[in-house]
Formats: sequence, structure tokens, C-alpha cells
Amino acid sequence: MAAIATLKDLYETLSPGLPGAGAAGLDRLRADGYARFLADGIPTPKVEGWKYTNLRDLAGVSLAPAQPAANTDIDLPSVAPGETHRLVFVDGRFNAALSAVGTLPQGVTLDSLRGLIEASPAYAAEVLDRFPAPKSDTGLRVGPNPGRGQALGLVGLNGAFLAEGAVLTVGEGVKLAQPVEFVFIATATDGAWHPRLLIDVAAGGEVTVAEHHVARGGGATFANIVSGVRVGEGAILRHAKFQEEAETALHLASVTATVAASATYETFVLTTGGRLARTDVQVRLEGSGAQTRVSGTYGVDGSRHADFTSLIDHVAANCTSREVVKGVIDGRGRAVFQGKIIVRPDAQKTDGHQLNRALLLSDTAEIDAKPELEIYADDVKCSHGATAGELDEEALFYLRARGIPADTARALLIAAFLDEVAEEIGDERLRGHAMARIQERIGRLTGITVDTDATVLGE
Amino acid sequence: MLEIKNLHATVDGKEILKGINLTINPGEVHAIMGPNGSGKSTLSYVLSGRDGYEVTEGSVTFQGKDLLAMEAEERAAEGVFLAFQYPVEIPGVSNTTFLKTALNAVRKHKGLPELDAMQFLKLIRAKAKALNMNDDMIKRAVNVGFSGGEKKRNDILQMAMLEPSFAILDETDSGLDIDALKLVADGVNSLRSPERSMLVITHYQRLLSYIVPDHVHVLAYGRIVRSGGKELALELEAKGYAEFGSPEAA
Repeated sequence: MAAIATLKDLYETLSPGLPGAGAAGLDRLRADGYARFLADGIPTPKVEGWKYTNLRDLAGVSLAPAQPAANTDIDLPSVAPGETHRLVFVDGRFNAALSAVGTLPQGVTLDSLRGLIEASPAYAAEVLDRFPAPKSDTGLRVGPNPGRGQALGLVGLNGAFLAEGAVLTVGEGVKLAQPVEFVFIATATDGAWHPRLLIDVAAGGEVTVAEHHVARGGGATFANIVSGVRVGEGAILRHAKFQEEAETALHLASVTATVAASATYETFVLTTGGRLARTDVQVRLEGSGAQTRVSGTYGVDGSRHADFTSLIDHVAANCTSREVVKGVIDGRGRAVFQGKIIVRPDAQKTDGHQLNRALLLSDTAEIDAKPELEIYADDVKCSHGATAGELDEEALFYLRARGIPADTARALLIAAFLDEVAEEIGDERLRGHAMARIQERIGRLTGITVDTDATVLGE
Repeated sequence: MLEIKNLHATVDGKEILKGINLTINPGEVHAIMGPNGSGKSTLSYVLSGRDGYEVTEGSVTFQGKDLLAMEAEERAAEGVFLAFQYPVEIPGVSNTTFLKTALNAVRKHKGLPELDAMQFLKLIRAKAKALNMNDDMIKRAVNVGFSGGEKKRNDILQMAMLEPSFAILDETDSGLDIDALKLVADGVNSLRSPERSMLVITHYQRLLSYIVPDHVHVLAYGRIVRSGGKELALELEAKGYAEFGSPEAA
């Protein structure tokens, strides 16, 4: 990380030029963020939640706003090309020309944060305040030892430069047919962005959201994303994030979601890009009968690093959570899985399951897995499992004995291993895109493109 | 077709095959019988190219080529097929994906054009029907949730699809009831042809009532100790393997 002094200069130089500067609400939010960053700093391995992911690489990273490359033809990823409401950001900056919001049903708003602030700073601040604030992992601990370190420096940093992002609100009982997409395109050679993504689905609403982070020529960029999610009573939000940035990029994201009674929050995270990528998902099940499905998959090789950290907080009774994270590690790649389930004293009849499996393709690949259950209620069903292993030699021989070359056999088995995660995704458009991206990544990892059932059956 | 000369092989440093000689001509079905631990399965793995089996002496020539110099997948592509004693379950890989990948790899090796989805499906449905396997079975993950008989039929389906010139059936009868055994044997018999040879490995005579061999060999303690016609199987059934002695005698 650039020295704090440099950051201070940057903050003082950039602040007056940010949209809504001078409006009380936004000034306060940014000052709070900056203060939080100064207080907590960049998390170090001494902080419990950052033991396995070291951010020392941030030292060399430019925190200045990224400068987009000359606008060439940019092909946009999509889970349903031409049939989504999309906001596009190039190097973190909202790009109206590439965006296509289309016609939204009554009761739905979809705005860039910058646009919202420019229209009304006061209203924008009000919206920003409405969302749950991320809490440090240690801060959420219920037990007697709250722990020492804080880890909200990155969230503070995001707040200090608050300007870009997206706000989606879905009104009561409104069901959006088309998915909403937030598309982040990296074209710059370096530089940073700090978007804030806010999704609010009111009672009975239903929406599918796809978030893409891709490189179109981008290099050692740094994305520092903070998302706030509210799922109202009986509402359904299906959310998928596809993180596929350049192999030199840094990607740090935290998602904080609250789920009301009988509501469902599904979230899937694909991590295949970046030299270091971390997604930290915190879900609070606040009302009786709330459900969440958290799933993720990663593929790392070279000396790249992927981190999936989650905290599922069962606050209310009768809630269900299911988490499945599987990934493939090759070369000197390293992956981290941290998954905590908290069952609070009132959360009786909790049903919480967690599974983490890693496939190690080399002797130097590494996985650090830390599943944790903290249970304070007595009538609950909770389980967790973590495995790390190699490809099944017997299966490999069986495939080869039928004439399938060894590298194709490996690719088939890797695809089979990861396909199970894609099956966790409820929305078929998200699932289809996830499967295609997983296949593509396996293709690059192994040099082999394997047939999928869809292509074999011609379906 | 296949010529095995003075074949010695070790597993984990221990010698299991101690000089096997066997010649199989086109169209012939040979049976290898023997007590447990005689080296029957080792022979099938050495011939199909499984890692961990070291050939220390001897040679195997298959259609004029040095079989032992080939990788497992190359042997399969050249026409060697192993029906497994315990077919492996592969979650997440469907039978269709598996077989289409295998068939096209073998066709490519032979210089034949690859089959597209339509051609492939037509072929597999026809072959599966002959083995009394429905669409659901061919779409399911390889052997996952299959009964013992279904797994063996699935192996025979693979054989029917790949059309090998030499098939090794390793204890194909193990774990099968009589109805399943008949189904599997019918499948195998329908694949007998003047161009295709088979090596049927079994502990019991039972299988050989259904797949009738041209020659029967007794394998004991790593060597073929006796050879004869199909009547030898019946004799073994009556007398057991006792006369073939102990490891020390071999």
C-alpha cells in the first residue's frame, strides 16, 4: 500500500472533486470512511480473519483513480445477452454509453451511485445509510472473547472515496423477469476503484443479479468493492458474482446481507482472476424462516491466491443455510476458505450446512480451510465438512483404459468436480453462465476443452 | 493377435508374474482360471497398462506392436479393452460424455472422423438397447448408483461402442446373480467375431458355461501350469485347484 501520507494527499486532493462534495451527508460518510481506514489500516495477518491472506502486495499498488485505456470495442459479458438491465463501469467509472437499463417495471429503480448523488446528494446519503454496515469478523463474535483486531480498513477506504457504484431497489411484490447486471471492465494498466453496490428487495419482491468483473486489457488494477444487500420479508434475491480479472489484478470485496423472515438470499461467487482475490460474504438471517444458499468456486494456478470467507449469522429461529465451496489449485497457487456459522441463542430449529472441498493438482498447491461453528442454541441441526485431495487415480485409469488421453481425463474429472458447485445455483441463466465460465477456465488450466453434457446431448 | 513371452512383473517390488507364455490368435477366446492370488488380475492390469505394475522381463506383442511400450490410452485406442472386475464410479461425468470422449479419441487415433452429437446418440441408443439399458442409465453419471449387474453391463456397453480387437474380461462374473450373468454373457457373446479375441479371467467355471472358451489355462503362482480345451474348466470345477500345489512348489 502506498504510504498513508500519500493516501492522505490523495484523499485531500480528490475529495473536493467527488460528486456531492460539500453536501453534509456525503461529507460525513466519506470522513467516517477515512477515519475508519486511519484507525484500522490495512488488515494484517494478526487480524483473525486475515491470517491466511497477506495484503503486503498492496504496497506496490497505485491507489490513484484508474485511467481507462482508449475506448476500444469492448465486448461485455452477460448471463443473458440483450435480455438484462445493465450498468457498466469502465475502470470503476460509470459508463452511460455502454449501459442499458432498458424498461424497468413499476416499483423498480436502477441507478448508478454517481448519477444518484449528482441528482440529489441528500437522497443518496439517505439511501447509503439504509444499508447494513459490514462488521469486522471479530466484532460479530457472540462469545466472551470479542478479539482484538479490527478489519474494516478496506471498507473505510471504500467509504473515503465513495462516488461510484450502483443502487437497485425492487418494490414490494415486484418480480423482475430480466436479470440485472453490474459489469465492471478493467482496461487500465493500474489504478484503483472503490465501488459501492446496494441491492434492496422489498417484501415479496424477486430479482436476479449478476455481477461481472472482467479484464479487457486491464493490468495490475485494484478493485475494492463494498456491497450492501437487504432482502425483505418473503423476497427472493439470486445473486452471482463472476470475478475474472487479469492475473495481475487485486480484488477485495465484502458483501453484507440481511435476510428477513421467509426470504431467500442465494449468492454464488466464481473466482478465477486476479493475483489475489478475496470475497467476504456476511449473511444475517434475521427473520423466522429466512434461507440462504452460499456457494463458490475458484481456480488458481501460478502463484495466485483466492480467498473465500463467509459468516452466516443465524439470528432468528427456523432459518436454513447451505454453503458449498469447491475449488481447484495448481502450481504454487493458494486458496483460503474460512466459513463461520453462528447460531444465536434464539435461533432454535436452525438448519445449517457447510461443505468445502479443494482439489490439489500439484505438490506445491496449498489450501487453508477454517470451518467454524459457534452454536448457542440447543435445538439445531448443523454440520460442516472440509476435504482436500488429489484426482482419483482409479477414475483416471478407468478413463484412460477407454482411450481417453491422460490430460483430457484430468480435465474431465476437474470439470466433474466443479460442476457440482454450479448445480447449487437456482437461477438457470446464472447457472449456465457459471458452467460456461468454469469450462473456459478449465480449458486454460489444462489446455483441454472437454465436452459438456449439453454439447454431447445436443441439448 | 497377442503374443506374451516369458512375462515377469512385480507390484511394490514383489514378483507376481513369473514367466507367462501365451499366444492368442484372431477370433479365439481363451480363459484363464486360477486360485485367488495366482496373478490373474495382475495380468489384466499389466496388459492394459495400469501404473504401478512393473514388467521386469519378457515381452507382449499386440498386432505386431510392442504393447508394453504404450500408455494405457494408446493400448485402448489400438484395440485393447479391459472389462473391470470392479468398474469405477465417476460422479459428475455422465456416461454419454465419457463414452463420446472415449469413442472420438479412439476414432481419431484410427484416423476416422469424429462422431457428432446426433450420430453418437443414435449409436449409443442402439447398443444400449441390445443390452437392455435405458436412456436414463446412459445419461447418468458413470456407474454412480448402479447395481453390480448394471456396472458390468455398462462395461460391456463400452466394449460394444469401442469395438476392440482384444478384450480382457476380469472376473466379469463376480458379484452377479444368474440373471445378470446371463445378460452380460449374452452381451459378450454377441461381440464374438473372427476378428475379435478375448481373454476371460475367472475363478469359477460358471461363467464359462455361458461364454464358452476355445482354450483354458490354469494360472497358479504366477505361471501357466496347465492348458487344455473347454473341458479343463469342468475338471477344475470338480477337483479344485489343490493339485497345482503351493507357492513353494511353483
